[in-house]
Amino acid sequence: MFYREAGQFKTSYKADQAVFPIFQDRIFVAIWLFLGFVVVPMLANEYVFRAIFIPVIIMALAAIGLNLLVGYCGQVSLGSGAFMAVGAYAAYNFMIRIPELNPLICFLLGGLSATVVGVIFGIPSLRIKGFYLAVATLALQFFTDWTFSRIDWFTNYTPSGSIAVQPVEVWGFVFDSPIRKYLLCLTVLVIFTVIAKNLVRGRIGRAWMATRDMDVAAEIIGIRPIYAKLSAFAVSSFFIGVAGALWAYVHLGSWEPLAFDINLSFSILFMVIIGGLGSIVGGMLGATFITLLPLFLNQLPIWLGINMSTAMVSHLEYMIFGGLIIFFLAVEPLGLARIWQITKEKLRLWPFPH
Amino acid sequence: MGFFVEVLLSGLMAGVLYSLVALGFVLIFKASGVFNFAQGAMVLFAALTFVRLLDILKDSFAPITLSLIITIAMMVMLAMAIERLVLRPLVNQPGISLFMATLGIAYFLDGFGQTLWGSDIYTLDIGIPKGSIFILESVFDGGVLVAKEDLVATVIAGLLVVTLAIFFQKTRIGRALRAVADDHQAAQSIGIPLNYIWVIVWTVAGLVALVAGVIWGSKLGVQFSLSLIALKALPVLILGGFESVLGAVIGGLIIGAGEKLSEIYIGPYVGGGIEYWFAYMLALGFLMFRPQGLFGEVHIDRV
Repeated sequence: MFYREAGQFKTSYKADQAVFPIFQDRIFVAIWLFLGFVVVPMLANEYVFRAIFIPVIIMALAAIGLNLLVGYCGQVSLGSGAFMAVGAYAAYNFMIRIPELNPLICFLLGGLSATVVGVIFGIPSLRIKGFYLAVATLALQFFTDWTFSRIDWFTNYTPSGSIAVQPVEVWGFVFDSPIRKYLLCLTVLVIFTVIAKNLVRGRIGRAWMATRDMDVAAEIIGIRPIYAKLSAFAVSSFFIGVAGALWAYVHLGSWEPLAFDINLSFSILFMVIIGGLGSIVGGMLGATFITLLPLFLNQLPIWLGINMSTAMVSHLEYMIFGGLIIFFLAVEPLGLARIWQITKEKLRLWPFPH
Repeated sequence: MGFFVEVLLSGLMAGVLYSLVALGFVLIFKASGVFNFAQGAMVLFAALTFVRLLDILKDSFAPITLSLIITIAMMVMLAMAIERLVLRPLVNQPGISLFMATLGIAYFLDGFGQTLWGSDIYTLDIGIPKGSIFILESVFDGGVLVAKEDLVATVIAGLLVVTLAIFFQKTRIGRALRAVADDHQAAQSIGIPLNYIWVIVWTVAGLVALVAGVIWGSKLGVQFSLSLIALKALPVLILGGFESVLGAVIGGLIIGAGEKLSEIYIGPYVGGGIEYWFAYMLALGFLMFRPQGLFGEVHIDRV
């Protein structure tokens, strides 16, 4: 009744090619932005920011980045934790070695370093396909794990190998309270989402999708695979690298050498799959789901008033997490984004289904 | 020279153990096209079940046989449950979804095994001889030091590979498995029941996991880290090729030897610990020349 495009005529190409061609969608996005930037900061408390909003937002950024590579370009990567690590450590090194540099620039430089690494490790994708590539990207994961724990230069010779950083300060404005950190992350997420959305609508995104659907055919119609695949690796690792820098500086504050290990890679991939391959909204939904699920499972025994040892809780958590993953894949293999799409289709007819 | 051979041999024997885990992957990938990440978790689960049953049944007349039988029964049930609850609902889904589902299985099994049996480190002793012996004393000065348990493991692994080869080549079920591996639909249309075949494959993979778990377990103790040897088996897989049993064995040997040799001869120059990633880099290097692994099937893309 409320959600239909009847009567919305497009009279120019510009209107036809808008990101959100339907009026109600624009209102919907505006409401979300209003909620995110105005309502949430007024209502939420410190714990909620620190435990829920900030990690969800940063993970959403990483998931969108990985989705560009896996969902749009079809190159399965298990190395996203490594790209986050590269982003984080590069930002750290830029910041301590060139102190006069603006931290935001450092984050972007961290992302660019991840891009360089991504392109180098994307080169095998020109030769290797499918699961062979997925396993090959693990090489990067283990290599960075080793590099950042064994080569002391990267950690600035701290004795334990763990790093603690100061709050981010931009032009005298210190991002120390959770609410400021939240707004910083949210702003970054919004900017990067707009970039991602426009990339996948444009020429480059179409080249990625053609490569994903059938790379030989894409080559025949004139898409150079080296350009398509490496650009996907570059953009994706830039996103993930920036997310890694934010994760380290804004969320963690101090971190151990193995903070960016293979489990992080897997959970980002989970976010992409559960959220929905080839969907920007999917990345956000998946990040929300996968970040909140362990929190929820952790709290569940307390809410239910059951007394359990912590080891038992963590084992049960593993079980339920694994079970839910399988359940979700079986019920909706196309991910949460598909459920969202179905809801929209239904809404168009509601409340008169005929 | 004697030292070099010693390192090489210990590497090769470690490689045999990697091959055992990789074999489980290959079996499942061949027959169902599923990239089974849960193989490591299955190794842990099988070993945990076995070692705990051994403890419970230690006063009975034949503890090892009894717990072996019960563990095998549990692996069969596990295979049936996986087929019914995971594979069947996800039939015809893209490979990546199935891969994610097996990650789910891995999480589930890790949690389930430890909930059921506890998460301590258990020692497993089923009479595999310990200690080391010197061999080839006539060839090298002072001979070559080899651990006895490694020798036993190598023999067991060799037997297992031969058994599997015979099973695949000579039996009726083995032929059906190969048919399913070649073409699901064609196999189904000539009357091979797919679901039944999947149960068998996962059972066989479970048994391979049990063997791997028992051998690794008696070497290192049964503990959570057993689950992580799956990560060691992955480079073996891509090196040897996903579809080849022989590839898993040869790949394991190459990776095992390469890892140990590099750790001894290159490691000291770059700070040590390169075992951690060397296998992956080695496999990656190989893949640049043969993208389908050493013995994998060459896929021809048609438009």
